[in-house]
Amino acid sequence: MVRTTGPSGGRWLVSLLLAVVLLTSSGAAQAPDDAFRAALAELPTASFVDKEAIAERLLASGHRNAAPVLTAMLEDRLFARNDDNAIVVATAPEDGATTLTLLDPVTLGSAGTSAPDGLTRIGTNNRLRRFLRTAVARFGLENVDPSVRLQAVTEMIRSLDESTVELLEQRLPNEGDARVRTEITFGLALAALDSGEAPERLRAVQTLAARPRSDVRNRLAALIERDAQGAVPEPDEAVRQAAAAAVGSIDSARRRYAAIETLFFGLSLGSVLVLAAIGLAITFGVMGVINMAHGELMMLGAYTTYVVQTLMPDALGWSLPVAIPAAFLVAGGAGVLLERTVIRFLYGRPLETLLATFGVSLVLQQTVRSVFSANNRAVATPAWMSGTLQVNDALAITYNRLYIVGFTVAVFGLVLIVLKRTRIGLEIRAVAQNRGMARAMGIRSQWVDAATFGLGAGIAGVAGVALSQLTNVGPNLGQSYIIDSFMVVVFGGVGNLWGTLIGGLSLGIVNKLLEPYSGAVLGKILVLVALILFIQRRPRGLFPQSGRAAEGL
Amino acid sequence: MTLKHMWVAAGLALSALMMPSSMAAQGTIKVGVLHSLSGTMAISETTLKDTVLMLIDEQNKKGGLLGRKLEAVVVDPASDWPLFAEKARQLLERDKVAVVFGCWTSVSRKSVLPVFEKNNGLLFYPVQYEGEESSKNVIYTGAAPNQQAIPAVDYLMKDVGVKRWVLEGTDYVYPRTTNKILEAYLKAKGVAAADISVNYTPFGHSDWQTRVAAIKRFGSAGKKTAVVSTINGDANVPFYKELANQKISAEDIPVVAFSVGEEELSGLDAKPLVGHLAAWNYFQSIKTPANDAFIKQWKTYIKKPTRTTNDPMEAHYIGFNLWVKAVEKAKSTEVENVLAALPGLETPNLTGGVAKMLPNHHLTKPVYIGEVRADGQFDVVSKMPLVPGDAWSDFLPVSQDTEADWVTLKCGNYNKKTKVCSGQNYK
Repeated sequence: MVRTTGPSGGRWLVSLLLAVVLLTSSGAAQAPDDAFRAALAELPTASFVDKEAIAERLLASGHRNAAPVLTAMLEDRLFARNDDNAIVVATAPEDGATTLTLLDPVTLGSAGTSAPDGLTRIGTNNRLRRFLRTAVARFGLENVDPSVRLQAVTEMIRSLDESTVELLEQRLPNEGDARVRTEITFGLALAALDSGEAPERLRAVQTLAARPRSDVRNRLAALIERDAQGAVPEPDEAVRQAAAAAVGSIDSARRRYAAIETLFFGLSLGSVLVLAAIGLAITFGVMGVINMAHGELMMLGAYTTYVVQTLMPDALGWSLPVAIPAAFLVAGGAGVLLERTVIRFLYGRPLETLLATFGVSLVLQQTVRSVFSANNRAVATPAWMSGTLQVNDALAITYNRLYIVGFTVAVFGLVLIVLKRTRIGLEIRAVAQNRGMARAMGIRSQWVDAATFGLGAGIAGVAGVALSQLTNVGPNLGQSYIIDSFMVVVFGGVGNLWGTLIGGLSLGIVNKLLEPYSGAVLGKILVLVALILFIQRRPRGLFPQSGRAAEGL
Repeated sequence: MTLKHMWVAAGLALSALMMPSSMAAQGTIKVGVLHSLSGTMAISETTLKDTVLMLIDEQNKKGGLLGRKLEAVVVDPASDWPLFAEKARQLLERDKVAVVFGCWTSVSRKSVLPVFEKNNGLLFYPVQYEGEESSKNVIYTGAAPNQQAIPAVDYLMKDVGVKRWVLEGTDYVYPRTTNKILEAYLKAKGVAAADISVNYTPFGHSDWQTRVAAIKRFGSAGKKTAVVSTINGDANVPFYKELANQKISAEDIPVVAFSVGEEELSGLDAKPLVGHLAAWNYFQSIKTPANDAFIKQWKTYIKKPTRTTNDPMEAHYIGFNLWVKAVEKAKSTEVENVLAALPGLETPNLTGGVAKMLPNHHLTKPVYIGEVRADGQFDVVSKMPLVPGDAWSDFLPVSQDTEADWVTLKCGNYNKKTKVCSGQNYK
C-alpha cells in the first residue's frame, strides 16, 4: 500500500513543503517550533494512545529537540507545569535536591526551577515506553560511543520496520565497530527474510543460523511451518531446507545452553548452602556443639549490611566490602559472647545445648524486631552486582549469583587455610581431637573454644552479607537456612570441611535438576527423603571421619 | 465493726469500684479489631488496625453513634490462625463487641468463621480473596475474583494482546482457587492448555532463578506472554529482583500482581519494577477530593508523611461507613437488625464511585489496573466501572449454579438448579 502510493504521495509532500516554505519564508524557523509546541501542548490531556500519536508527530517533525524531549518523556522527566500548563523538561535531578531545574522543550533554554509538587508528570505506559525506546534508539545510531550504538541497534532490531531497516542499511557502510556491524548485519538478515529474492533469503537464513536466539528460531520455524492446507509460507526449496537445518541447530544449541544454565543455578544454590553451612561445619563439625542460633548469627550479618548501607548511603558500591569484615566482627563477637555466657557450661550435654541455643535464637530474633521493627529491611544491591553477563545469545548468567559462587570459594579457601596452616588452626584441631592431651601441651583450651566458636559465628555473619543480596532481610531470615545448613553438614560428614563443600554443591545441583520437573515444593521434599535414606545407609555422611579424629568427637 | 459489717462495706466498695466500668460499658458501643500486630502478617495488618482506630476516632469527634461513643477493643492474634478463632471468641463472648473489623489471610477468615456463626457476630473482612464463600455473619468489603483477577486478565488479553499465560502463585488456598478460576476462564476464552503454565512455590521462596528462567523460556515462543502473580508476602521482593536481574522488563513480559500494593512497594526500590502491573479497586494515586482528604487524614493521624494508603484500607473505610449507616438506619447495634439494614445501603468510595452493599454480602467496586511507577505508586492505565462482587465464580463447574442471597433466599449457598440451600454454616 505504502509502496504504490509512494511516488504520488512524495510529490504531494514536496509541493506541500514548498508551499509551507513560501508561506513562511519570513519566519521559516518559527513554523516547526510552533508545530512542535502545539503538539507538546496536547500531551497533558491525551490518553496513552494519543500520546503515542503525538510522539510520532514529534518524531516526524524532524525538530532538533525531538530526541531530548522524547528521551525526557521516556525517563519520566517531562512535566506539565501546574501554574500555566506549559510543558517543561526537567534535568536529571541531583541526589538530595528538592527542586527540579526546568528547561523549555523548544529552545532548551532555562525555564526556571520548581518543586515537584508544582508539576504534573506526563505519564507513560509499557506500550508507550516501548515505542519511545525504539524512537530514541534511532538517535543513538550516530553516537560516538560504540556501546550506545550497539544498544541502539539492539533496540531497533526488536521492532524492525521499513524506516528502521533503511536507517540500519545507511549505517552499515559507515560503521567501524565490529560488534555493531555484526548486530546490524543480523538485523538486516532478519529483515531480508521478507525479501522477494530467494538467494537473498537463503543468505539471510545462513547468517541467522549462527544466532541461537528464540526470536530467530521462531521466525525461521514460521517459514517452514505447514498451515491447515499443508501449504508452506516459504516457496523456495533450498531456503526451506536451510531454514529447517538452522532451526535444528538452534534448538540443539539452546538445549545445550539450558543444561549449562541449570547446572549453574544448581552451583549457585549449592554455594549459598555451603556458605551457610561452613560456619556450622566449624561449630558443629569441629566442636560438636549443636548451635540452633546459627541462623540468627547469619541474620546479624545481614542486618550489619543494612546498617553499613544506612551509614554510608553515598558509597553503595563500597558497602559490601565494608560490610564483610564488619559482619564478621559483629557475628563473631556475638558468638564469643554466646560461648562464654551459655555454651561453655553445657559442653558434652547436647540436648541442653540445643534447647539453650534455641532460646538464644528467639532472643536474638526478638531483639532485632525491637531494634529494627518486624518489617523486612531493604538492602540495596550495588550496581556492580546487578545485571547479567551475556555469554552468548542463549546463555546469560546473573552477576549476583556469579559473585556469590566466587565468594563462597574464597571463604572456603580462607577457612581451610586458617584451620590447616595457622597456629590457631592447629590448636583448634588439637583441642577437637583430644582436649586433655592438648591441655597437657599447654594449649589454653577454653580460649581456643571461644576462638573456634567465634570463627564459626563470624563466618555465619559473612554468609549473612551474601544472603542479604539474595533474600529478604528480616527477623526470620535465619530460620529459613538453619535446616538447610544442618542438612549439608550431616550429609557431607560431620567434621569434614571438604564434605561440607561437596555436600552443599551436590544438594544444590540435585535440587535444581529436580525443580523444573517436580516444582519447588516437591523438589525439596524429594531431596529430603533421599537424604534420609542416604543417612540410613551411611550415618556418618559422605566423608566420615576416621581414625583418631573420629574418636575425639 | 463486726465481720458482717465488714463484708457489707467491702461489697459496697466493690460495687462502687465496678459502677463506672459497667456504666461505661453501657454508654459505649464496642468495636472489635482483630488484626495481627506481631508475626509475619503484622507488616500488612498493623496498618489496618490503625485505620480502624482512626475511623473510630473520627466518628467519636462527630459525636459518636446513636448518641453513644465508640470504643475500640484491640486484640492481637499474632499471625497464628487458631489464635484468630480464640481471640474472636473472646471479642464476641467476653467483650460483647457490636462488630469486628479484622483478618487478612483467607486461612485466618476460615478459622474465625465458625466462631462468628455460632455467636451470631458480625465481621467486616477487608481483603481481596478467592470467593466461593458467603456467610450470613461476614461482610466482604474486599474484591471477589470477578472484581480483580478476571478484569486484570481481560485487560491483558484485550489491551496488551497477551496470548500465553504464566499463573505463578504461593502454595496456599487463595492462589490455588484463584488460579483454578483463571484457568477455567482462559480456556473458556479459547486459550490452549499449552499456552497456560501454572506453578506454585512455598511461602517465603527466595531462590527464583529456575522459575524466572522458565518464565523467560515460556515467553520466548513468539507469542505475547504475561505473568499473573498471586505470589504473597515477602517472596515478591526476590521474585521481582530476579526478573530485573535476568533482564525481563515489563515491556517484554508484564507481571500483574494481586497482592502487591503501595504498602508492599514502600519498603523497596521500585525502579526495576516500573511498568509491572497490579489490579486493585483503589490506588493512592487516584485524584479525587475524597481520596485527597483521606490521605491527608491518614498522614496526620499516623504522624508520618511518608506512609502510604492502600486498597484494604479503603475497604475498611467503606465497611466502617456502611456499618455506621446500617446502625443509624436500624437504630440499634444488634447484629440481626444491622444485617437486615445493610443490603442496599450505599456509601461513596474514595475514588469517586459508590459502594453498594449487595444481598450476597459483597460490594460494588470499580476495578483499576495500575502500572508501577519509579516512586512506588501506580499509574492507572485502565479503569472498569462499578462491578458487583460475585461470591460464587461462574467459571468453576462446582459453583456456577450457586448463588448467595441473604435478602430473599436467606442463603449463602443456594443451588439454582436443584433449588437446595446447602447452607454456608459450619455448625
